Amino acid sequence: MSNFFDKSDLTRKDVDKIVSDTLKNCDDGELYLEDSKSESILLDDNTIKSSNYNSDLGFGFRAISGEVVAYSHSNEISRESLKNSSANLNSTLKSSNGTYNNEIPKSNKKYYNDINPIEQKSLNSKIEILNKVNNFLRKKDSKVKQVTASFTGEQKSIEIIRLGGEALTDVRPLIRFNVSVMLEKNGRKETGVYGIGGRQSYDDYLKNDNWQNVCEEAFRIASVNLESKPAPAGEMKVVLGPGWPAILIHEAIGHGLEGDFNRKKTSAFHNLMGQKVASEGVTIVDDGTIDKRRGSLTIDDEGTPTERTVLIENGILKNFMQDRLNARLMNTRSTGSGRRENYKHIVLPRMRNTMMLSGNQTQDEMIRSVDKGIFAVSFGGGQVDITSGKFVFNCTEAYEIINGTLGSPIKGATLIGDGPSILKEVSMVGNDMMLDPGIGTCGKAGQGVPVGVAQPSILIDKMTVGGTKL
Amino acid sequence: MVKEQDYLEKKATYCLDLAKKLGATNSSIIVSNSITETVNFRNKNLDESNRSDNLGISITTYIDQKKSSISSSNLLDHNLKILIEKCIETTKNTPEDEFNSLPEKELLAKEIKDLNLFDITHLENDKKIEYLKLLEESASCNEKIINTESSFSEDKSSFILANSIGFCEGYKSSSFTASCVAVAKDDKSMERDYEYTNKCHLKDIKPAEDLGKISAELTIKKLSPQKIGSEKISIIFDKRIAKGMLNTFASAISSSAVSRGTSFLKDKINEKVFSDNINVFDKPDILKGLGSKSFDLEGVKSETLDLVQQGVLKNYLVDTYNGRKLNLKSNGRCGGISNLYFDNGKVSYKDLLNSNSRVLYVTETIGHGSNIVTGDYSVGATGFLLEDGEFKYPINEFTIAGNFKDMFQNITLANDLEFEYAINSPTMMIEGMVVAGK
Repeated sequence: MSNFFDKSDLTRKDVDKIVSDTLKNCDDGELYLEDSKSESILLDDNTIKSSNYNSDLGFGFRAISGEVVAYSHSNEISRESLKNSSANLNSTLKSSNGTYNNEIPKSNKKYYNDINPIEQKSLNSKIEILNKVNNFLRKKDSKVKQVTASFTGEQKSIEIIRLGGEALTDVRPLIRFNVSVMLEKNGRKETGVYGIGGRQSYDDYLKNDNWQNVCEEAFRIASVNLESKPAPAGEMKVVLGPGWPAILIHEAIGHGLEGDFNRKKTSAFHNLMGQKVASEGVTIVDDGTIDKRRGSLTIDDEGTPTERTVLIENGILKNFMQDRLNARLMNTRSTGSGRRENYKHIVLPRMRNTMMLSGNQTQDEMIRSVDKGIFAVSFGGGQVDITSGKFVFNCTEAYEIINGTLGSPIKGATLIGDGPSILKEVSMVGNDMMLDPGIGTCGKAGQGVPVGVAQPSILIDKMTVGGTKL
Repeated sequence: MVKEQDYLEKKATYCLDLAKKLGATNSSIIVSNSITETVNFRNKNLDESNRSDNLGISITTYIDQKKSSISSSNLLDHNLKILIEKCIETTKNTPEDEFNSLPEKELLAKEIKDLNLFDITHLENDKKIEYLKLLEESASCNEKIINTESSFSEDKSSFILANSIGFCEGYKSSSFTASCVAVAKDDKSMERDYEYTNKCHLKDIKPAEDLGKISAELTIKKLSPQKIGSEKISIIFDKRIAKGMLNTFASAISSSAVSRGTSFLKDKINEKVFSDNINVFDKPDILKGLGSKSFDLEGVKSETLDLVQQGVLKNYLVDTYNGRKLNLKSNGRCGGISNLYFDNGKVSYKDLLNSNSRVLYVTETIGHGSNIVTGDYSVGATGFLLEDGEFKYPINEFTIAGNFKDMFQNITLANDLEFEYAINSPTMMIEGMVVAGK
């Protein structure tokens, strides 16, 4: 655990006093301190292209009165800097006369260990694996023209100091291993990307030469895409594979169920609580408590322990995801969903691991039931317009379905749909729920946070596929 | 106040000296500070104030052709010492790369022009609040507008770039940004749209009333959208979407994508990649330009580049490392473009709208559907159907798709270029794209 003040001119008592003086007439707020160490080692074009290390230290001071948030952050942890921030907050909230809410739930559960993954594996052994990846792929097939592989690792220590001196701490490890390969055949080039990661040490993910499986998967995706034909254009049935394709759920439904958009009534879901928003059999949860997953958190960035929040139960909208601010203003409780990218950003209600639970049909049944459609196995990024509810995501591996059988692979196409209605088009839910491999980053208001997704195979009766073949 | 150049220079020199003492054969340091103050409004009330003070240092050390980098926000000398020791240790353990090097000394910027990028004016939060009040007043003048969110942000930055072959330069810059997002509702739909302004100098930003009015008008126009069928059709890209094509183009001509062989524009120098009459420039010395700079992230002088002349690709964006790989000299584009723009076309905006009896006018795209390896393009979109030059009705939930190789060859530009942002384009039409809808 970091001691944030030992190199400064502040004692812990001074800090408590500044925090209490600043927040005494506010409804909520805290001093958030963060010490993060991160690294990235990149192999590209046959060489170690970069080896970077970053150490970042700073605080973010937040005061809330009614609906108004005042925030100030700095890298300099000193009496002068903290006092300046305090003055800045109080100048915004001049006339505040709130009552500070001291209540914050407690839990002893931890969902990952206090490790520093960067120090747990030597630079040389990381470089050695990256070189093995490069050699393995280039030897595997003469079509391989480019290999990029990387390790990124991080240890983030945080401390939250609330009015009255209560302190909440967390140490969060996070790693990711990624491989991208480009193949060329008859002048045509295609790439395949695959990665793994989560809140454990590098070696936990690399046991039994697991890097080879990552290479094989990236190679397989690129090979499939080399044979891909132009995607169809228009409205049709879509079968989604299990696991990572759940980013559809994340984009289409997840963002629209975040508390802030609903408090402000800018989400297409804001007046649908308790109503049927999905087909029967569709249950969606957002879970911060899955052991060592990328989107899991022991406590959120306001100090609230995370939980498993049921968003949609058997088709009915049950809960929004809340941070403390939006929960207070909507007369409910925080679901432990208050997150920020780092000390430079304010807290927003965000997703953790968003999952659709299993039903009882098989993927095979789904494909057999489709006359004309596509089967989407993997996706790149997605995006949503919260207000109109329209969302998109890009296929990185997909196949045509004709008369109940799989046809050729198709080129990367964007799928577009309508968030509030898409789940009503789900006509089959598979029995094969799977977690994603630990690679997701969600962007909102310029802040990226690590997230996870999971789902079984599902059949969607109607979606627009943005191909080029009419 | 943002840190003075002297302070940043002192830190940079300390690091250069220490790196040399600890065994680096070369090194390069960037020290920066920025202070941003933002006020957000929602439905005519104060919603958030945010003050952000960012210090940062980035250190790259070389031992012959081995290289490693480190960055931190903690500029205390004892921390810098620990970091440089770690950086040197990592450098020793990183394999050699024959292309690693600082830039050639002759290419470094010698004379630093004053591009008028810093406006010392400080606008107190109360003044920002006055601006936002006017803005939201004007945005909510129509009863269909049910929500407004606006923001005013002032940024002051200062940086120094120093390296071990004698370069040590930097400057201050400023930026003022105001934006408004409006949400409108009718019995059939809820829609959102926006407008923003961003300038180096306070007096150049758009008036608050205009910003509010424009965002409200754009939003209301989108209400009660219809769907469209799947078809091949010409598409007109509003300026704010058209400039996004230049982003993709810039990625595809970056020397890194070209040297790695992962760009659809690899080996296309002196080939015609755009339709006739298309000219693309990257001009770093525009006074008060948002992308203006005298040198790039390596200290190499940046001069105007004719990237495309009459449809023919003339230059890549070259940095030192990838330049050495490609046998090209750096043209001062480490870190990317400066002020990038399509030159004006020959037809007026009105004639462009009238050029086809039926055309889609796209005002927003969503998704990350640009693949620079293959050139494939597929994104979600929102816009309007135009018939005989007239806006008929809004449409949404459709996609547009094509391949940049073909799209670039079918571009027609209007003559309505304005220098509003760092990347600018006139209104653009691309013929023969595939739309997928209901």
